[in-house]
Amino acid sequence: METRRDVFQAIADPTRRAILLLLAAQAMTPNAMAEEFRTSRQAVSKHIQILTECEIVRQEQKGREIYYHVNATKMKEIDKWIEQFKNILETQFNQLDKVLLTLKKQKK
Amino acid sequence: MTTNLLFDFTVDKASKTVFVTREFDADLSLVWDAFTKAEILDQWVAPKPFLAKTKFMDFKVGGRRFYAMVSPEGQERWLLQKYTSISPKTNFKMSNAFADKDENPELPGSDWDYNFSEQNGKTKVSITIYNESLARLEKMIEIGFKEGYAASMKNLEELLAALSQKMSH
Repeated sequence: METRRDVFQAIADPTRRAILLLLAAQAMTPNAMAEEFRTSRQAVSKHIQILTECEIVRQEQKGREIYYHVNATKMKEIDKWIEQFKNILETQFNQLDKVLLTLKKQKK
Repeated sequence: MTTNLLFDFTVDKASKTVFVTREFDADLSLVWDAFTKAEILDQWVAPKPFLAKTKFMDFKVGGRRFYAMVSPEGQERWLLQKYTSISPKTNFKMSNAFADKDENPELPGSDWDYNFSEQNGKTKVSITIYNESLARLEKMIEIGFKEGYAASMKNLEELLAALSQKMSH
């Protein structure tokens, strides 16, 4: 099945943003996260599931516990896309500068 | 040409919104035309060596613009825009989506909100871009924009130099 989730969806929710911040500092188990947020393990699990589907966090088995990490590559991917989008706009606008210059000359 | 024109770009990832402000060294009515008239839009929205080709543009509320980015090989990537609000020379809003050649949009698209203001002969354009999906942003880059951007500028400079020379004759 094609994944419908994307990274923006992952970070659209304040709890998920908080989870990401927490995981950026250190890998954690779902229980530790639930404790941190004073919420149920189920609530945290739901958020982790979404973050995992977006590939923004990765899980790692350590003994009997599952630890969650931030997927740094995926985080960088967002920045890369945003940077490229910025470059596109910049280039368009530079092209527009020249067109405007031509139009102004044409008016005179 | 060196410019000291303002360019500001910020992103609020959480709200999936991009904020862009750009200043242009031209008066408001000219800049407004450049963003709202097909014959001018086609001259600057496509990164060379791509060409923009507007099939139709009906700039009124509820009206649409259907245009293609055409690669040097002649490959066409269609986009469909729909104008949702227009306040002449002040603001317009549109939705934007990739489409097939039969005008069927590929949703989700993005929402663009343009604000125009003039100060000291310069025109400031502030754009808010809401992306329903990051996948779309990715696609927008994918379709070939990333190629030829740097190289493109030289081509355009030459073309515009030729054009402005023609004008002055």
